[in-house]
Amino acid sequence: MTSLAPGSPNPAGAAVSAQPTSQAHGTSAHAADDHGGHVDARLFGLATFLVADGMTFAGFFAAYLTFRAVNPLPADSSYELELILPTINTALLVISSFTFHRAGSNLRSGNQSACRSWLLGTVALGVAFLAGQMVEYFNLPFGLTDNLFASTFYALTGFHGLHVTLGVICILIVWWQARQGGRISQHDHFGLEAAELYWHFVDGIWVVLYGILYLL
Amino acid sequence: MTVASPTDFEPQGLQPQGWLKYFSFSLDHKVIGLQYLVTGFIFYFIGGALAGVIRTELASPISDFVSRETYNEVLTLHGTVMIFLWIVPVVNGAFGNYLIPFYVGARDMAFPRLNAVAFWLIPPAGILLIASYFVAGGAAQSGWTAYPPLSLSTPAIGQVIWILSVLLLGGSSIFGGINFIATILKLRRPGLKLMQLPMYCWAMLGTSILVVLSTPVLAGTLILLSFDIIAHTGFFNPALGGNVVVYQHLFWFYSHPAVYIMVLPAFGLVSEILPIHARKPLFGYTTMVYSILAIVVLGLIVWAHHMFTSGTPPWMRLFFTIATSFIAVPTGIKFFNWLATLWGGKLALNSAMLFSCGFIINFVFGGITGVALAQVPFDIHVHDTYFVVAHFHYIVYGGTVFVIFASVYHWYPKFTGRMLNEDLGRLHFLLTFIGFNLCFTPQHWLGLNGMPRRVAEYDPSFTTLNQVSSVGALLMAISTLPFLINVIWSAYAGEIAGDNPWNALTPEWLTASPPPVENWLGEAPLVTHPYDYGIPEGKIDLRVASGADLWFGGKR
Repeated sequence: MTSLAPGSPNPAGAAVSAQPTSQAHGTSAHAADDHGGHVDARLFGLATFLVADGMTFAGFFAAYLTFRAVNPLPADSSYELELILPTINTALLVISSFTFHRAGSNLRSGNQSACRSWLLGTVALGVAFLAGQMVEYFNLPFGLTDNLFASTFYALTGFHGLHVTLGVICILIVWWQARQGGRISQHDHFGLEAAELYWHFVDGIWVVLYGILYLL
Repeated sequence: MTVASPTDFEPQGLQPQGWLKYFSFSLDHKVIGLQYLVTGFIFYFIGGALAGVIRTELASPISDFVSRETYNEVLTLHGTVMIFLWIVPVVNGAFGNYLIPFYVGARDMAFPRLNAVAFWLIPPAGILLIASYFVAGGAAQSGWTAYPPLSLSTPAIGQVIWILSVLLLGGSSIFGGINFIATILKLRRPGLKLMQLPMYCWAMLGTSILVVLSTPVLAGTLILLSFDIIAHTGFFNPALGGNVVVYQHLFWFYSHPAVYIMVLPAFGLVSEILPIHARKPLFGYTTMVYSILAIVVLGLIVWAHHMFTSGTPPWMRLFFTIATSFIAVPTGIKFFNWLATLWGGKLALNSAMLFSCGFIINFVFGGITGVALAQVPFDIHVHDTYFVVAHFHYIVYGGTVFVIFASVYHWYPKFTGRMLNEDLGRLHFLLTFIGFNLCFTPQHWLGLNGMPRRVAEYDPSFTTLNQVSSVGALLMAISTLPFLINVIWSAYAGEIAGDNPWNALTPEWLTASPPPVENWLGEAPLVTHPYDYGIPEGKIDLRVASGADLWFGGKR
């Protein structure tokens, strides 16, 4: 029944002040890449997204482990996965994380051409991984719909392979942008850092996937 | 940190001005917030019409108004539209986008472009979902839960479109959640501490954590389900060696937190509204914050209480019963904090306050039936009956939708610069409150006596209570008329609101109504005590304050 009259002054006890911010207002007209002059939260945002992405994998892993525990395959359709190729593939991806890291440290120390070489090396390792996956796919004795294990196997490795493919494309874009006069330089290397964070994430997921799908 | 207006980073002239901006890829969080709000209300009316079809059909025990298949499509669309296109986008996207940058003292969200993308995923997803009614075989018929094997045996095209639509909406929700987390944690004005933020920020932080952790699991699950439908894999198909209970676990890992995604922001909004209209500080700020965080943690580990009849082993039933009952503790803390905020306050019984009080009453009722449902013996008795329908609607309609209406009455002056008509608002409240309770209270009895949910036909002995429920639904439909007239008429002819009609202290009121593009013309205000109402003069002596003092706002 009562609402205070419009325009009356702030009630007593108001702790409102207008302190100036640390820097003057409106100094960031260049702000196209700066998100309106706010703090740069892009890597933080990407990390949050990767948590979400990781939860998708976690859901898949949980489903796979439950299937394994509750729905064992009939004896005649169980199959022991070959370990050699996936182990080599794991090694390739782990090495590629180090090569990407080398690319980043070269960029930060100003050696742009070395950075680009390391990036190409990372791409080569990623492509080799994907090729290894293809070889494995073509040599497996089961197809997508043969049984529950086959479906889960292809869903898990396929979803991860999609991530690797996207990662390779991202690295190629970063490689192109890191050329002399490109968008990425010693002082502005968000794109490279973002791709690197993503690549490490994809590697980490693979290590878990390798553990539960091949070793367990 | 430098602060620039959002217009700085968009070439001038590309963004339409005036009303056209609401149909554009605008990066302004206030425009995006209102885009969410209006889109959400459009889908609310669509979902409400679908509910009307359901209640008309259920007014008689035989299937006479629509066919059984159509009934199944309608109830599936009703649930999906109301959850994914109305409540989640409005209570998170609309108010979150509008208010959070104000509350943290920022000019915009952390990622304005991502924000616009998140909104513009919603209209296509909604159109896709509604349009699926017209494809061969019709819309999905397996309810909003899409349990296999039901969802594998109903017409495939509608089900696949349903999955696609929910994936788009889930993506929108995740993008929004990332944006809220980054904005609240990274974009706070210098000097503003976390424990000084308005409560809605905490609610949105908790909600967004749930969104980011649980929505991707639903997305992955629905992708597997679509494989089952399209590629005939057997993840969830028992005929092919799959496991339907795994689907239920994964689905509820999202969909139980989804209840908190729908209701935690409402907790936050009502915590903003009550202190302002009661002219008292929010009671127990710190306990409120920790309650929200406790609900977030507990909300992630209670999902299997939806599955007590799915062959869950005894240890699992025990664990999930205990965990679910625990949620009543932080929720109860919030409930008593709201009561204590109202206690002894100078209540303004305007529409915003009435809807907030309606929320408290409905929500505590829905909460109590929720605790009852957590107990295995009782749950087995009423599982998949109208008791569950009644409980759910008490939480989501009686809880969240009441808060959405309270929030519209509270923030409409900020959105438009004009006040809503209070008489129409109170009429709206009265009709909604009576209609809602008339509609859903009888459903408790129906459920206890064994009327199953999701059926077009029922035992004739349930007829009378179903007709009472349908009359309540009609009243709810009528109640939207004064609301619609009010918001449209007031936009043109409402009383001019001024900057701060409620004499509020939270930062969105310390600027013009509607606010300028950069939110504040000068520096962002540093509000460290957003709820310090009436402290020096308003020391109401609880020993002499009577109930009548509360009801008449101390003005008798």
